[in-house]
Amino acid sequence: MKVGLATSSAAEALFSNPLRSLLTMLGIIIGVASVMVMMSIGEGAKAQIEAQISSVGANVLTLQPGNMNRGGRNQGGGSGRPFNEADVTAVSELPFVQAATGVLSQQANAVSEDANWVSNIQGGGAGFFEVNNWKVEEGREFSAQEVQGGAAVAVLGKTAAANLFPAGGAVGQRIRVNSVPMEVIGILESKGQSGGGGMGMDRDDTVIAPLSMVRNRITGGNRWVSRHVSRIQLLVQDGYDVLEAQEEVTSMMRERRRIQPGDQDNFAVVNFADMIKQRAAAAETMSMLLAFTAAVSLIVGGVGVMNIMLVSVTERTREIGLRMAIGARGGDILLQFLFEAVVLCTLGGLIGMGIGWIGVFAYAQIAAAPMMVSPIIIATALGAAASVGLIFGFFPARRAAQLDPIQALRHD
Amino acid sequence: MPDMTETRPIISCRNLSRVYRMGDQEVRALDGVDLDIHAGEFVAIMGPSGSGKSSLMNLIGALDRPTSGEMWINGKALSDMSRDELADLRNETLGFVFQQFNLLPRQDAFQNVRLPLRYARKDAGDIDARARECLELVGLGTRMDHRPMQLSGGQQQRVAIARALANRPRILLADEPTGALDTKTTDEIMHLMQDLNRQGITVVVITHESEVAQYASRQIHFRDGRIESDTAHPEFKRASGG
Repeated sequence: MKVGLATSSAAEALFSNPLRSLLTMLGIIIGVASVMVMMSIGEGAKAQIEAQISSVGANVLTLQPGNMNRGGRNQGGGSGRPFNEADVTAVSELPFVQAATGVLSQQANAVSEDANWVSNIQGGGAGFFEVNNWKVEEGREFSAQEVQGGAAVAVLGKTAAANLFPAGGAVGQRIRVNSVPMEVIGILESKGQSGGGGMGMDRDDTVIAPLSMVRNRITGGNRWVSRHVSRIQLLVQDGYDVLEAQEEVTSMMRERRRIQPGDQDNFAVVNFADMIKQRAAAAETMSMLLAFTAAVSLIVGGVGVMNIMLVSVTERTREIGLRMAIGARGGDILLQFLFEAVVLCTLGGLIGMGIGWIGVFAYAQIAAAPMMVSPIIIATALGAAASVGLIFGFFPARRAAQLDPIQALRHD
Repeated sequence: MPDMTETRPIISCRNLSRVYRMGDQEVRALDGVDLDIHAGEFVAIMGPSGSGKSSLMNLIGALDRPTSGEMWINGKALSDMSRDELADLRNETLGFVFQQFNLLPRQDAFQNVRLPLRYARKDAGDIDARARECLELVGLGTRMDHRPMQLSGGQQQRVAIARALANRPRILLADEPTGALDTKTTDEIMHLMQDLNRQGITVVVITHESEVAQYASRQIHFRDGRIESDTAHPEFKRASGG
């Protein structure tokens, strides 16, 4: 086959009428741009969700007090009667629970010798680090004795450490949280953006200290519940069904809170990993929708290409006749027009990729979401464009190849 | 089988007919034509429009197939050939010159002449050198980068002749080659064809102008799809030069 000949005549035909070529490409451009944006959003979301699930832990359950209605007004999540340390102990004694911790948290002002930083102060038990799968990078965790004794020690998240001690060397230094002095004994490894709770919350911006000390000296006690905790986190043993664990924890807690059968729970047992997966499913739906848009515009673009190629074949019937008269075979003519369609679509694909790339970065800026433009995405987008050219260019090209030489020559 | 006289004819037609169907009417454009043309001849085919001369040209040029009858080009029967084999025959053995030149408007003279070389299946050698050689042969060595629009009618027809010569054809088929040219240019073009004929290329020219036919050594007159007369002209007109 005369590939070189086909490409040069294809390029010539396209550039002889650039405006028409550009308009023909429009559908392909839009199609490829949406393929690109769609795949980038999809891959970015997937990577983000995987990272979140691994940081939250797939078999961690969180118990939160339910919403309280006061005078018909909903007081918001966690406003109901809190749990207490006895609940934590009961939960941790369940056979399938590997570790459990109560948590109390509050925004508070932390001060070091150099800096002043508002951070999320969390009080936790000795199981806190295991449940949250959170390793100490420098220094050490607080021990069970320190938790019991209410020792004034703190472990800093990466962000809090960086802001309180810009020069480094935090371990061994002293900080004051709401005027309560405590000693920094460790720095945690980075967890990144939050998965379960609020979007975009920096989980590393935290100061973690023994639960009883935080309750006694920072958050203060609860009017109705002594030794309260605002939530309980528990780690289900590997191999145990998390859904079953969720049910058992629920029924035990209903008993402890004396909820009558038939009455609603006044607390919730949440699996954050599960919630993330549901959000992932929503993202999947979104990218399916985009994929559909991309497919439709590629098909519409392909029909446009086919249309313009048919026009082109008719316009150039005499030229086709001449080429046949001087020895072009049907296959040569077929290849020439097929190439023209493929080059048209691939060029449209390249332009679409450029626009898609801009779209990807714009989206990443606006939504503050991670985007991924991998070689696979580029290959898919270009491949889709070229395939559209092959599929929709074939019919016009075959029509050109099957022209009768003498009738084509006489055409005007 | 074609006649075997001294040499085998390069073009041979036996009982050749071509019938066109126009609605429910049948038009017999060619009606049982027998014709032999030998290598090295310069033949003018004449006749009024509708006499069948163009139909014969299309058949000899392997652009069309006969309704009945058989023909041989260069000893090969065309009826046995596939579409691709006919394309290769047109590419290798035949050279076409048309009344309207039929040059590709967006390509320059050089690219136009290169085209049949690029379609060649057999090794065409140095394509660029051959295209240059052909353009020099027709006297356009200095205008190779001109597009058809930038050339006069006579020059365009010279480019077309150069293109027809590119693959060293054995037969040059010209359909009213001077129909769009003035008298002086006509003389130049016909002189060029005589030159080529002297170099051994068989030339078949279709024309309805007797002045053009004067340049040929054999004149065949067509009427109503049949040969009316077939005469040798040993005293053919010598072109005045070009």
